[in-house]
Amino acid sequence: MFNFARRFDPAVATAFVCLFVLLLVGSLYSSNFLSLEYLVQQLKVASFLGVAASGMMLTILLGQIDLSLPWTLTVGAMMSCAMASFGLGGEIFAVPFGVLCGVAIGVANGFGVAYLRIPAMIVTLATNSVAQGCMVLYSGGYSPRDFASPAVRYLATGFAIPGLPNAVICWAVIGAATIFLLKRTTFGRAIYGIGNRERVAYLSGVNTRRVVLAVFAVSGGTAAFAGVLLAGYASKAAQSMGDAYLLPAIAAVVLGGTSILGGRGSYLGTVAGVMLITLLQSILSVMQIPEYGRQIVYGVVIIGMLLLYGRGPRTRA
Amino acid sequence: MKDWRYWLAEQRGTATAFAIFAVMFVVYNVNHPAGFSANVIQTMSNKAVLLAFLAMGQALVIITSGIDLSVGMVFMLTNCLASAVVVGSPVQVAFGIVATLAAGAACGALNGAIVIFGRLQPIVATIATGAVYYGLALAIRPTPGGGVDETVADALTGRMFGVVPTSLVVLAAVVLVVWVPFRRSATGRAAYATGSSEAAAYMSGVPIRRAKFVAYTTAGLLAGIGGLFLTFFTYTGEAAYASGSAYTLFSIASVVLGGVSLVGGRGSAVGAIFGALAFRTIGDLLFVFDLDPLWQPLFQGVVLLMAVSLGAFGTLRVRNRLDWFA
Repeated sequence: MFNFARRFDPAVATAFVCLFVLLLVGSLYSSNFLSLEYLVQQLKVASFLGVAASGMMLTILLGQIDLSLPWTLTVGAMMSCAMASFGLGGEIFAVPFGVLCGVAIGVANGFGVAYLRIPAMIVTLATNSVAQGCMVLYSGGYSPRDFASPAVRYLATGFAIPGLPNAVICWAVIGAATIFLLKRTTFGRAIYGIGNRERVAYLSGVNTRRVVLAVFAVSGGTAAFAGVLLAGYASKAAQSMGDAYLLPAIAAVVLGGTSILGGRGSYLGTVAGVMLITLLQSILSVMQIPEYGRQIVYGVVIIGMLLLYGRGPRTRA
Repeated sequence: MKDWRYWLAEQRGTATAFAIFAVMFVVYNVNHPAGFSANVIQTMSNKAVLLAFLAMGQALVIITSGIDLSVGMVFMLTNCLASAVVVGSPVQVAFGIVATLAAGAACGALNGAIVIFGRLQPIVATIATGAVYYGLALAIRPTPGGGVDETVADALTGRMFGVVPTSLVVLAAVVLVVWVPFRRSATGRAAYATGSSEAAAYMSGVPIRRAKFVAYTTAGLLAGIGGLFLTFFTYTGEAAYASGSAYTLFSIASVVLGGVSLVGGRGSAVGAIFGALAFRTIGDLLFVFDLDPLWQPLFQGVVLLMAVSLGAFGTLRVRNRLDWFA
C-alpha cells in the first residue's frame, strides 16, 4: 500500500480521469461509445499512435525530441512495401527491412545529437527533410509497388487471438519492452539520468553519447514500425501518411505526464495520453463536427488538460 | 578584448548567415538563364520575404529561449482573414489590413499569455494553439478562395523606381520599425537576459514577463504581416495544413542558419532574415541548374543538414569534455 502511494503520479491519474470523463461525455451522446466493439476498434486505431509515441517518449525523456517522425514513418511504410515485391524472401524481410530503414535514420539523428552536439530539434528536422527528399525521388521517378504484402496486412488487421486485433498485440509487446527497458535495466536508469542532467550522468560513468545514440535509433525504429503497421492497415503506403502523427505523438506523451524537459514520466501515462488523443479524435468525428471545429476543440482540450496538471514551477532563483 | 572585436564576436552568427546567403545568391544569379535582372530579383524577394517575416518572429521568441510552433498556422489564419477583409473601398481595405495585423498580434499575445501565466512549456502550448488557429482559418476558408484589393497587392509586390522590389523595402521598413527599437529598448535587453538565464534575470529584477509577452506578440504580428503578403502574392486565401507546418519548420531552420542560438540569449532577427533568404535561395538553386524538380526536396534537405552540421565544429575545439553538455 505504501509502495503504491509512493509511486502514485498525480499527472497519470489525472490523465486517466480525463479519459473516463471523455468516455462519459461520449456515452451521453451515444451508448455505442461504451460497447466492447467500439472500444476494441479504438484500441486498434490507437496502437499505431501508441507504437510511434513509444520511441517519441524515450527521446522526450532524454530532454530531446524526434521531429523526424513523419517521414521516418513514411520511409518504414514505403520500404516495407517495396521489399515485399521481391518474391518470397522479400515478403519475409518486408517488416524487418522497413524497421531497419527507420533505425538507420534514427542512428543518423543520434549521431548528430550525441556526437556532433547539434540540438535534436534541428538534426531531426534536417534528417526529416532528407528522408522526404529520398522518398519523393523514389516514388516520383517511377511508380513503385506501394501496396502492403498480405503478411503485413495480417500483422495490422488480422486476429491471432480472437477478439484482439494483432496491431494491439504489437503495441502491447512494444509497450512491455519499453516498460522493461525503463524500469528494469541500467539503460533505462541512464535515460532518466541523462534527462535530468547529462553532465551528472556522464560524471557518474554513463556513456551518455552511446545511450543517446541508441535511444534515437529505437525512436526511428518504432516510428518506422508504426509506418509498416499503418501501411498494412490502409493496405498501401502514401507520401503524406506520416504528417498526421507528429503532433499527436508529442501531445500524447506530454498529456501522459512526461516532462517535455526530460527526466520525468512513465509509460503508463503515455498509454493514457495515446488513448486520450485517439478517443478525442474519434468522438469529435462521430459527433460529425466539421473539420474546423474539430481542430479548435482538439487544441482547446489539450491546453485545458495541460493547465490542469502540466504547469511548470514558478520562476525562482 | 577591444570593442570592435567584441562587437564582431557578437555579430558572428549574423555575418555567417549573410555570407552563406551572399554565396548562394551569386551562384544563383550567375547560373540563372535570364541572368541578373530586376525581374529575377523581384520574384526571388517576393518568395523570400514571406519566410523572412516568419523567421524574424521566430527569432524573437527563440531569443527568450521559447519557441513558437504556431507561426505557420497564424500565417495561414491571417492569409484566410486577409482574403476576406482586404477588399472594397479604400477605407475598408485600410481597415482590413489593420484588422489582419491585429489578428496576428492577438494570436501571438494569446500564445504569450498561455506560456507566461499558464506556465506551460512553449513547445506543447503552441502546438495546441496552432491547431486552434488552423481551425479558425478553416472556418473562414473551408475551400480556397476569396480575393484581395489588387491595386494595393500589385503596389506592394511590384518594384519601386523600376528596380527595387517593394517587398524588400517593406521588409527593411519592418526591421527599422520593429526590430531596431526592440533591440535598443529595455524590453529587448530583458528578452536577451531571459534567454541567457531566466533565474539570473529574475534575481536582477529584469521584467521577464513583459519581455516574453512582447516577443510572442511581435512574433504573431510578424506572422500576420507574412500572411498579408501571402494574400497579396496569391490573391486568394487557403487554409493549407501542409503549407502551414512546412513554414513553421522552415522558420526554425532559417533561425538556425541565421546564427540564433536555440537555447536562447544569442543571435539577432537580422541574422534570421538572412537565414531565411539563404534557405529560400538554396531551394531555388536547383532550378537554375536545370535538374529534375524531383531532386529539389532531397537537395534542400542535404544542404540544410550540411549547414546545421557546420555548427558541430565547435565541439572539436572543446578542451574540457564536460563542455559538451553545457
